[in-house]
Amino acid sequence: MKRIMGYSDRISVCPHDTIRFMVSSEAAGDYSARLVRVIHGDTNPEGPGYKEEAIASTVTGRYPSRRQEIHAGSCAVVPDHACLADLGSFTVQALVWPTTPAKGRQGLAGRWNGRTGAGFALGIDESGGLALRLGDGRGGVAEVASGKPMLAREWYFVAASYDAATGTVSLYQEPLVPYARTDTAVAITTPVALRVPGNVQAPVLFAARHAGSKGSRTLFAEHFNGKIDRPRLACRALTRLEMEQVRGDQIPVALQSSMLGVWNFSKCISSETIWDDSPNRLHGETFNLPARAMTGHNWTGEEMAWTHKPEQYGAIHFHDDDLHDAGWEVDFELTIPAGLKSGVYAAHVAIDGDEDFIPFVIRPPRGTATSKLLFVLPTASYLAYANEHMVTDAPLAELLTGQVSTMQPADMFLNEHREYGLSCYDSHSDGSGVCYSTRLRPIVTMRPKYQSWLGGKGSGLWQMNADLHITDWLEAEKLGYDVITDEDVHDEGYTALAPYSVFVTSTHHEYWTKQMWTALDAFKKHGGRLVYTGANAWYWRIAYHPTRPGVMEVRRAEGGIRAWAAEPGEAYHSFTGEYGGLWRRNGLAPQRMAGSGFTAQGFDISSYYRRKPDSFDPRVRFIFEGVGAEELIGDFGLIGGGAAGLELDRADRVLGTAPNALVLASSENHTGVYMVVLEEIYINSPGLCGGESDLVRADLVFYETPAGGAVFATSSIAWAGSLSHNNYNNNVARITGNVIRRFLDPAPF
Amino acid sequence: MYQITPEDRQYVDEFRKTPVGRHSPGLQRILNLFRGEPMAGKYVLVCTKPHREWMLGQFTGVRGEKIRMTNQSFTSLDEAEWYVFKQRWKRHTGEDLPD
Ligand SMILES: [Fe+2]
Repeated sequence: MKRIMGYSDRISVCPHDTIRFMVSSEAAGDYSARLVRVIHGDTNPEGPGYKEEAIASTVTGRYPSRRQEIHAGSCAVVPDHACLADLGSFTVQALVWPTTPAKGRQGLAGRWNGRTGAGFALGIDESGGLALRLGDGRGGVAEVASGKPMLAREWYFVAASYDAATGTVSLYQEPLVPYARTDTAVAITTPVALRVPGNVQAPVLFAARHAGSKGSRTLFAEHFNGKIDRPRLACRALTRLEMEQVRGDQIPVALQSSMLGVWNFSKCISSETIWDDSPNRLHGETFNLPARAMTGHNWTGEEMAWTHKPEQYGAIHFHDDDLHDAGWEVDFELTIPAGLKSGVYAAHVAIDGDEDFIPFVIRPPRGTATSKLLFVLPTASYLAYANEHMVTDAPLAELLTGQVSTMQPADMFLNEHREYGLSCYDSHSDGSGVCYSTRLRPIVTMRPKYQSWLGGKGSGLWQMNADLHITDWLEAEKLGYDVITDEDVHDEGYTALAPYSVFVTSTHHEYWTKQMWTALDAFKKHGGRLVYTGANAWYWRIAYHPTRPGVMEVRRAEGGIRAWAAEPGEAYHSFTGEYGGLWRRNGLAPQRMAGSGFTAQGFDISSYYRRKPDSFDPRVRFIFEGVGAEELIGDFGLIGGGAAGLELDRADRVLGTAPNALVLASSENHTGVYMVVLEEIYINSPGLCGGESDLVRADLVFYETPAGGAVFATSSIAWAGSLSHNNYNNNVARITGNVIRRFLDPAPF
Repeated sequence: MYQITPEDRQYVDEFRKTPVGRHSPGLQRILNLFRGEPMAGKYVLVCTKPHREWMLGQFTGVRGEKIRMTNQSFTSLDEAEWYVFKQRWKRHTGEDLPD
């Protein structure tokens, strides 16, 4: 089991920047830490093995172990306010869409002082129905409950009023859609003996209950799963008619003085602010990034973009497993010394029997480049997959891999510690898709030495640990390189790429923001050369949070291979208002960027490429220097035993492959586990798997760009796993080296 | 759902030789059934020594619950595949396959 883990506040730093490391260690004694430059992470004895360069630094030392916890689950908090000071009578109401009413107690909206037990809290009780809890602050608690469970995934109007003068409580639980023989409506008016004091001294809280504090952190419990829309707080017991009158966005003049809070979640959607339309301005903040830009109770289906009709997107979807920032205390920090070469680095922390690598990138000194060759670490794609739970949560995992799934000790830990947060391949505990991911937490899938169930027979490599095959080979070939991250490309645009002449992708550069796409497009237009050593890149359009670094969003809209599907009307990113889904469905298929785009996937064994007539064209003689005409390319390797495997791309003029592109080779003989991607399938039919469909293949593609640059695409995730075969002496390494050396030569194509 | 037939016995040897890789359509159909089983009771291999040793476990089917470990341990993934295949074959046909 994992016993030591950590994360850093930044993922990419320049000399003189400071990076902080947060560690949780369950060891009895100290843990050790040191800085390493990571060269290779694959521990497979069939390959070159793990390689690092130890770096002397101020980090080196022993640190006291301490267990740091993560508290997942989202909510929204409005700080206590003078206008709430003498609240006696009140009405609290909202429209809610519970997704797990049966899971136990859940908070909806309330003002409860956890220390004194005074206040009120509207929520769902063990019966799955609405309940109002009142506390007098002297140990007395009264509860009025509907006693009827609400239906999951149905909108309800819920409300409770309390008249302090008479001690009367009214409770309403009303479904917006009626069903025959299924009556879940409740209206109760009943006296309660207890008196709620006015001076409660507590914030207004949505979707959870306060559970005390730990250090400087407020803790929450009883997280609600589901949507809350248009919550309201009034300073007297409203009648049912008055509740109806303040349900909407226009508060009647006669009721305006009764309203304390008129929250409008359709404002500030791209932020963490919850906005109060009332003159009191009881604005608050969301915590742990609940999903915004969610369809409200009044969404009609006529408008799909929240920016066009925000008033139909007044809902926030809260989850008990949302996570933004683990919020751990800092263990140590490092100011990057001058003179360290750009590369993939890690803080290595270790205790008896366990270790962790906290990876980050060191860039060249700001504003400079130390090589013409740039390797971009796909940190957006790492975030999308961060701590994915597919093996434990999705029965189809074994069908995709054609192998009994394998798990690492870190995966076992994640299975039992859901608070470490989910990936965009997971579903929340209520079954809704995970559209946000954060790097402010330990990410076990983004580590050297990590083996993935998804990484094919052999080394089991996916993402970072597969990408380290590229850095290892660059080192073996003595090709100098700089490393930056997706976040740098996003933040700085073309400026980050301009000093370079060759851009080398990762094995699986799948997730791109508009800014990243545009930067790389500009690089090509300036004559930059692109070496695409992977597959399934430029696939999902994503957004980064506008103000919170290290948080990304993906909306799995419409087509494509999706671990979940965005709900109708929820295909637009909350962070930017941009339409989500595949870049292909945004008019920019991957073929437009690299001549090749996603066509098939399977995760058992890989195959090889066979040369095609185009490979004998004099334009590409340099690529095949030293490669025989009849040689199979890449019929070896650590990822599935071949260079063509896992995810495969193909050229397609209709999707944007340049008319001058040459298809140099294609893979063949894939297994029946490989299937054509969904975006190619309009009518499903037999014959869509490897060995049957011509679409199950990887195309080796080359083309020149009008600016004198060129693009080379391997179209396979497994390619990198073949580079080190036979002590780096093989035709996959030779072809890659031939391409990169020519691409580094400034002579125009 | 597909049901194993007496004719499917012919594919057992093929699996024994190549548990992971290119398969005949007949074997693939059996594997689609076996590998597609629901999470409750589904087999999983937990790596105990990287690239060298794995322990067999089973999921309970409840999200977040500990994996139930068996006492079966393997030093070859192909042997683990064969063991799991035999368990599944027995459950679907009642027949014990010889080693
Ligand atoms: Fe992917």
